[in-house]
Amino acid sequence: MIQFPVVNLGGILPALILCIAGLVVMLACLFVKRGTVTVAAIMSAIGILAAGAANSPLRVLNETAFSGLVSLDPYSWFFNFLILIATGLTVLASVRYLSDDEPGAYEYFVLLLFSGAGMMFMVSGNHLLTIFVGLETLSISIYVLAGIIPKNPKSSEAALKYLILGGFSSGIFLYGAALLYGSAGSTGLPALTEYFKAGTFGPMALAGMGLLAIGFAFKVSAVPFHMWTPDVYEGAPTPITGFMSVGVKAAAFAAFVRVFFDALGELQVNWTEILWVLAALTMILGNLAAIVQDNIKRMLAYSSIAHAGYILIGMVAGTELGTAGVLYYLLAYTFTNIGAFGVVALVGSKREANVHIDDYRGLAKSNPLLALVMSIFLFSLAGIPPTAGFVGKFAIFSAAIAQGYIWLVVIGALTSAASVYYYFRVVMKMYMEVPETTPARLEFSPSMILALGIAVIGVVYIGIFPTTYLNLALESVKPLF
Amino acid sequence: MINSYLPILVILLVSAFIGLAIIVLSTLLSRKNPTPIKLMPYECGMDPIGGARRRFSVRFFIIGMLFIVFDIELMFLFPWAVVYDQLMIFGFIEMLVFVLVLLAGLIYVWKKGALEWQ
Amino acid sequence: MVTLQHYLFLSAVLFTLGVAGVMIRRNLIVILMSLELMLNAVNLSFIAFAKYLDSIEGQIFVLFIMVVAAAEVAVGLAIGVAVFRQRGTVDVNDINLMKW
Repeated sequence: MIQFPVVNLGGILPALILCIAGLVVMLACLFVKRGTVTVAAIMSAIGILAAGAANSPLRVLNETAFSGLVSLDPYSWFFNFLILIATGLTVLASVRYLSDDEPGAYEYFVLLLFSGAGMMFMVSGNHLLTIFVGLETLSISIYVLAGIIPKNPKSSEAALKYLILGGFSSGIFLYGAALLYGSAGSTGLPALTEYFKAGTFGPMALAGMGLLAIGFAFKVSAVPFHMWTPDVYEGAPTPITGFMSVGVKAAAFAAFVRVFFDALGELQVNWTEILWVLAALTMILGNLAAIVQDNIKRMLAYSSIAHAGYILIGMVAGTELGTAGVLYYLLAYTFTNIGAFGVVALVGSKREANVHIDDYRGLAKSNPLLALVMSIFLFSLAGIPPTAGFVGKFAIFSAAIAQGYIWLVVIGALTSAASVYYYFRVVMKMYMEVPETTPARLEFSPSMILALGIAVIGVVYIGIFPTTYLNLALESVKPLF
Repeated sequence: MINSYLPILVILLVSAFIGLAIIVLSTLLSRKNPTPIKLMPYECGMDPIGGARRRFSVRFFIIGMLFIVFDIELMFLFPWAVVYDQLMIFGFIEMLVFVLVLLAGLIYVWKKGALEWQ
Repeated sequence: MVTLQHYLFLSAVLFTLGVAGVMIRRNLIVILMSLELMLNAVNLSFIAFAKYLDSIEGQIFVLFIMVVAAAEVAVGLAIGVAVFRQRGTVDVNDINLMKW
């Protein structure tokens, strides 16, 4: 007789709502004749708000559902919200970017919703199978989104590169999962925890852990597995680049932290050293390569690599404070980077014509408010108080110092000092220089203004009053320890 | 254990021998008188149109991709069908949802015109 | 007698071949085939472990991997067609608009 699993749809309701919203947009917009993009965006926004409402109850739960495939705890709750914020802001920032008559205009929103749902399954996965399926749902949607600009060779090249390296990293991740399965007899995270607690693991389990780490390192674009990042970020449509840099990164880090602290927690001594090296390399190479870039999307791509390095420090620290720092950092980074890429999308205009740093010359003259907003985002990326980026760096660095990783923090501090140079280069161009040609008129749309407004308020608010959010992050990582 | 495979080996050898023998004998004994019509590839009795190695329309690609996806999704139906009588109404509803999602995809593809040849 | 080790060795060899194929070959179609080879090597490992451990979980995992691999290849071919229409080639050495 088959044991029926308890179906607890309430637990995965946020992701489910995003899936249904995606299907509804996909079918309904087939029959919409005019203003498809606006209709699709409104429907997606409603879906995201509904998912947000459905997500709230998760905060007080601490259980698993679907025979232990999905875990419902504050950790999932936190990341679900983060993903919904990222998806929602991306929807708002994308409206003016698309036009009705182009192919793939509303499919853009469908894929965005599906990838959001995939991320949610990934962050709440309590089993490597759920994590894998979530990972692939989000990746396959993003492969298509990266190449969605019609007749743009850079865009399809980005999609191609992302697909090849994404598939490659999935293969490595799966091989690691297979080796762990062979050692432990299951790929459920609780089963893995028990297996490693027993302490009789062989080299095969360690190899599995290493391959899993490489798979995740690809997804969070840690050096030396970052090769795809600059090309893909440069070629993809700008709002999608923003989404990738925060959404995919947050989901990948969420699963990374959950798997490594929850299931492989007993091996912490083994993986901390690997992550130490990864973090150091990532910070150094990301920041140095960002200095020489002329294209702002490419510069922000290298900067996002560097930020992955800072976040890895939080994992190296390994305490509750360190992981809470990771969560807070990812929240701050979500607002900051989506905002920054929103401005890049706005200045770059539809065909990505103005994506060079020189195109920002004199922006303060023609659009003082936009220049101010961009400066706030860049300050936050550089980690200057009173922005959220500063608090995030501070939380992570202090947790690492408390654990005695002084050298890693020294590298982090030095490289973030170097990063100030390339962020300020953009600020200088905006305020100090005059454009050689008359700048193109910018097309503001209400939704873009809303998105930038939310992002700016988020960056400043959680930067000035960080305590609530740090406590929230601390509370969310409790289930892992 | 291994002995039970012996008859299969015998069958393989015998059939290979008979097949080879027929081919060799007919090549040795037959008279060769090739004409263009005889050398034409056999396409169910029709006259072939053009060479077999020419490039074909990219439309086949789209149909092929759709086929891969829908075909492989059906893989989940097989384990479901094996234990269907034990799953009863629970399994039926589960699979109904799955198939409905696929149906939504099919409607989308159809309406987009990916199934039209022109 | 074919033991678990044989399967694992074969799987490791296939996986390595797949990795080498992705890194060395320059034709997009061959790269996609190599990716498939990697995933199928993993499938072989899973099935061998499932048989050896007498647990069904590995087989379920394999079903999902196969479906995901099919979806990935479908998207890969679609992107390949798009690239081919723009450039007239699927050689990844020629697909290099962006370099640092």
